Amino acid sequence: MLKDITLGQFFPGNTVVHRLDPRTKILLVIIYIAALFVAKSWISYACVLVFLIFAITISKIKLKVMLKGMKPLIFIIVLTAALNLFYGSGEPLVEFWIFKITRDGITRAIFMSARIIMLVMGTFMLTYTTSPIMLTYGLELLLGPLKKLKVPVHELAMVMSMALRLIPTLIEETDKIMSAQKARGAQFDTGNLIEKAKAMLPILVPLFISSFRRADELATAMEARCYHGGEGRTRLNVLKFAVRDYGALSVGVAVLAGVAVLAGFGL
Amino acid sequence: MNEGILKTEKLTHVYSPGTPFEMVAVRDVDIEIRKGEVLGIIGHTGSGKSTLIQHLNALVKPSSGRVLLEGRDINESKESIKEARAKVGLVFQYPEYQLFEETVYKDIAFGPKNMKLPEDEIDRRVREAARFVGVEELLDRSPFDLSGGQKRRAAIAGVIAMMPEVLVLDEPMAGLDPQGREEIMGNILSYHEETGAAIVIVTHSMEEAARYTDRMIVLNHGSVAMEGTPEEVFSRGEELRRIGLATPVMTDVADKLRALGVEVPGTVYTVEQMVTALTALERGRRGA
Repeated sequence: MLKDITLGQFFPGNTVVHRLDPRTKILLVIIYIAALFVAKSWISYACVLVFLIFAITISKIKLKVMLKGMKPLIFIIVLTAALNLFYGSGEPLVEFWIFKITRDGITRAIFMSARIIMLVMGTFMLTYTTSPIMLTYGLELLLGPLKKLKVPVHELAMVMSMALRLIPTLIEETDKIMSAQKARGAQFDTGNLIEKAKAMLPILVPLFISSFRRADELATAMEARCYHGGEGRTRLNVLKFAVRDYGALSVGVAVLAGVAVLAGFGL
Repeated sequence: MNEGILKTEKLTHVYSPGTPFEMVAVRDVDIEIRKGEVLGIIGHTGSGKSTLIQHLNALVKPSSGRVLLEGRDINESKESIKEARAKVGLVFQYPEYQLFEETVYKDIAFGPKNMKLPEDEIDRRVREAARFVGVEELLDRSPFDLSGGQKRRAAIAGVIAMMPEVLVLDEPMAGLDPQGREEIMGNILSYHEETGAAIVIVTHSMEEAARYTDRMIVLNHGSVAMEGTPEEVFSRGEELRRIGLATPVMTDVADKLRALGVEVPGTVYTVEQMVTALTALERGRRGA
């Protein structure tokens, strides 16, 4: 059950998407999200969707994997759709009790849920095709200018990369602890909400303890290898923009510009 | 021969079926655990030992095949699963990482409480389990203040308190010092002797298997490669080495001595047997 969560997971590959500079991919995701929020009409949504499908196709990430990752979000999507459905303005199509469904509401519900789904899928594309190390390196470089404002960019990037790295480990650990407590007769799926919350205790306590232990060990191991922050650190592989990066960025900017222009025409 | 209590029939388990990550962890395994025996399950890393034992109390459902507890399929209903969890105690690797309560007492009581036993029975079982593993003095302490070995023993007590008829332990001695190993094994064996429960020890240490088990099952790539008494299994040293395992050091020493022309009598796989064999040899020489 827990193994289905694919958030923050990296699927190694050797496609163009995988080989893009992480900075390019981060910028593309930002552009993509901007386009998604600027989009107002069917046409502009279609433009962004085509861009997304294109990216998924050439990255060779299976649609099944994508959909599996969406599973935990079904509730939020349905809730958003439902709320928007009933808050539309204009002539009601169907009316019952205090609810009324309008044409406007239906379109809004569809747009909003499409926006969430596409938003999540777009960010999945980033984490699925970029190794955590590359991802943080890219972020660190992009945020580099903030160092002048005394923002600890390197440290933040390091914290983020470790967090991403530890998600699968924690999931595995949770699975193990759950099995062990089940072997002692624990039940996690019966009883009311309070009982269920109480049943989580035998999982959470060991999980916290092992996380702290792991953090401690990791810190010691880093210090043993003379880690002292970002100052003076050099890289084995220095990132360089390639032609494909400029190409990908131009496509992204073109999509955003297109959507913005369409929005300007009220579409 | 004792009668069987727990049995697997053509047990197969496939991880992530239908995906590129598909992996057969256990294939067509037929094993039987008999009442009151100490059984060793031996195999190299990744041989399917851990997956196999998680089937024994219905933590994992077989992809195909069955697990029978006293002749009944344990995955038949919710009740049969519950019964299997109570009758087949499973101690995972590094069980001390699963301690969570404020006191050792409460942690040991977790299992019996889940079995919905009456208060006084819980108390009796907690004290008895604590006695088996020698943590009676520590019942009021926080499990997180204990030493590594004590934690391990407290965690094992948490499973023993359910009074399982089959106690399965995955690498119970991993990561402990020699004294800790001796103690833990002594605790487990005293539970075995006093209650007559069957013990299943999963290990990849031939020394441990040789010392403590009555019967051994050797797994290789998810299938049973050998089965028999330690004597029978260790007589097939060549095969063991081929599947990435080894014979106990004492067996190797005896083999080398024989190759040098020293007539070491009998089968030898523990230190005690070696001492007996060499003493016999020495006496024979003096007598001659």
